Amino acid sequence: MSSTSLAYFSNNTIYSSLVVFTIAFIAHAVEVSWSVKNVAGERKTTFDFDRTERIGRIGSAMMILGFLLLIVADATRGFSAGRVPWGNMYEFSITGALTLTGAYLFSLRKYSLRWLGLPVSISVLLTLGTAIMVLYRPSAPLVPALKSPWLAIHVSAAIISGGVFLVANLVAAAYLWMERYELGTGRPEWAKKLPSLEELDQLSYRLVAFVFPLWTFAIIAGAIWAESAWGKYWGWDPKETWAFITWVAYAAYLHARVTVGWRGRRAAWLCIFAGSTFLFNYIYVNIWGTGLHTYSGL
Amino acid sequence: MSEDFGSGAPEIGARALLRWAWRQLTSMRIALILLMLLGVAAIPGSLFPQRSQNPQKVDQYFNSNPGLANVMDKLHLFNVYSSPWFSSIYLLLFISLIGCVLPRTFHHLRAIGQKPPLTPKNLDRMEGFRVVEGARDDALKIAQKWLKKNGFRIRVTDGSISAEKGFSRETGNLLFHLSLILMLVGVATGGLLGMKGEAIVNVGDRFVNTPTSYDTISFGKFQGEGSLVPFSLTVTNFQASYNPVTQQPTDYLLSTLVSNPIGSKAKPVEIRVNHPLTFGSTKVYLQANGYSPIVTVRDKTGAITYRGPTIFLPQDANLSSLGAIKVPDMNPQIGLIASFLPTASSTPKRGMFSSYPEVLDPRLVLSVWSGNLGMDSGNPQSLYSLDTSKMKRIGLKALTMGSSYNFGSGSITFDGWKPWVNLQIVDDPGKLYALLGAIAAIAGLLTSLFTRQRRIWVKVRHYDDHVELAGLAKNGIPGLDAELDLLQKQIQREIKEK
Repeated sequence: MSSTSLAYFSNNTIYSSLVVFTIAFIAHAVEVSWSVKNVAGERKTTFDFDRTERIGRIGSAMMILGFLLLIVADATRGFSAGRVPWGNMYEFSITGALTLTGAYLFSLRKYSLRWLGLPVSISVLLTLGTAIMVLYRPSAPLVPALKSPWLAIHVSAAIISGGVFLVANLVAAAYLWMERYELGTGRPEWAKKLPSLEELDQLSYRLVAFVFPLWTFAIIAGAIWAESAWGKYWGWDPKETWAFITWVAYAAYLHARVTVGWRGRRAAWLCIFAGSTFLFNYIYVNIWGTGLHTYSGL
Repeated sequence: MSEDFGSGAPEIGARALLRWAWRQLTSMRIALILLMLLGVAAIPGSLFPQRSQNPQKVDQYFNSNPGLANVMDKLHLFNVYSSPWFSSIYLLLFISLIGCVLPRTFHHLRAIGQKPPLTPKNLDRMEGFRVVEGARDDALKIAQKWLKKNGFRIRVTDGSISAEKGFSRETGNLLFHLSLILMLVGVATGGLLGMKGEAIVNVGDRFVNTPTSYDTISFGKFQGEGSLVPFSLTVTNFQASYNPVTQQPTDYLLSTLVSNPIGSKAKPVEIRVNHPLTFGSTKVYLQANGYSPIVTVRDKTGAITYRGPTIFLPQDANLSSLGAIKVPDMNPQIGLIASFLPTASSTPKRGMFSSYPEVLDPRLVLSVWSGNLGMDSGNPQSLYSLDTSKMKRIGLKALTMGSSYNFGSGSITFDGWKPWVNLQIVDDPGKLYALLGAIAAIAGLLTSLFTRQRRIWVKVRHYDDHVELAGLAKNGIPGLDAELDLLQKQIQREIKEK
């Protein structure tokens, strides 16, 4: 296949994955809403586990299928350009959606996390939608500064860290949401399947602790690359600055938990704050920012 | 006596105050606040242009609103990362870190080879407490064997075992924090003993590494001109390749002949983006490129008054380049403001512009000025712009290559062009320390975050010969229960076999 038809194939696969993720989203939405079932004539809210179980499984299956499609789309995009598929912001978003789904599916195997399917599928749909509508650029070779093995190392480490940070954020947000219910009238039926507050709290911490060294590595790999491409390993470029801010925020989060003993609400807010510095870096600095990291192609 | 007393009392007060301040500074709470503050303090540097990165943008602030820009400058908002307030935050943070980590390091070093603490009296209050029934003293031996096999440090006392594993968690933790100090030392060394400069060199020209060859050069506080590596470099060729569809560059290749030291036999060296030329801690980078149009200016008699390539600065991605050609040896003096368009195109709306960065159909668009160039005024002049305050425009012309334009008091011929490259030369003797610090920091981080530190106790209950098991995991890290399960099963199995 020629590189143009490969790129074309990649685009079509992205469209297909969009459909699959939409089905996954609907399945998870139905799963959540069907958990609350008012049977006519009865005053009590009942709960049909069998039906939600099946639709939930359909949702998970669709997430897996979407994940596989994204792998294919991402790989063919890379082949069509003859390089790793994260040379501009469109490709970065596709790969980011891929890692977010991957991080979710990985956690799904270890923990009963299917409830996260709804927010994850929404996030993936939004990411892919923006990528196609706003960020799309034709597949093309790299500018000279990006021609380095560090592109594969530095950017993949950053993407994976970002995916896990976002999952940790969703978990922390779920914690805050559930806590509000529990402090008030108690969890509604649909939320009773979610993990306990303590489990949510632990999970978001473990995700951050797991990926913090990788984020540190992403920054250091970037510094090593910058040293060979730009002549200085650290120049307080806006992207570097915000990567540093994210690092500091998560370092503060880890210290607050491990040393000072923060748990629960305060820790969740700090986690969400740290995650939003990452999102800010990705969105603001890529699109409106200046500096040397302007590879979005926009 | 009374005088002594009088002067002694506040001294004790001052010492107490200092001790109080030190204890505060090295407390975790203050360290956390400083850490967060460091993150917040880094933000303005990403919102406002910084002198070290984008001096032109800073100038724009001063031009458009001098009053505000002056206030911002007083607050160091254009030099955030070298400002006193930013520096004081990270220095305080590092003092706090040292004050916290050093005592812990000594404590940790002393603990090497020491046995785990004694078994607590009441195990039933500990995590994962369980009783293996009907076990005898054999159980202790079995447990000891199992714990040893699994890498626990063991203290055996009469009727009990105290075991600990995960000592390296604190080792990794300390290594991580000490490495951060090493990184700071590396950054400081680079700042104080380093050097950085830039020079634009035309293809065919030779660059000799002495301060006068540079367009800009700056040395660290404790570094001088003597530190420059004695090399010379001749630019033999420069090749830029572009993607014809996106017009983006795809490759730059700079071919050079390098002599080190100057005068020694020259060796051919290729420099690319991502592949700088290296002399020890000094590196030569290919940082930018552009065009130097070659012109000949003649006076009325036909005598040559100016000839050669003149460096023009690129203005856009298609390398439309702007420059000034100054001819002081004519009467009146002549100045030219010119645009070099490597591939000229024009539309009625935009006028002439460059539509491709490679030289395919070059034009030199000139405006000719006559009068006083102002070069004797003593004020430093930019090489790339013309001071037209004492000059009058006498002509406007777009030249194709090889053609000439007669502007009355003389003529100009557009002979050709040469590419130029911008070399950035950097010496950073501290970066090796920073790199070592970074690698050690990651190693420490991985060790500390993925090592579970826990204690396990085994104790014979004398009144019924049962064996008690319990443990304690630092920071409540899970997995202890599963480990105790394994130990319990092992004891039960082996006792049954006997």
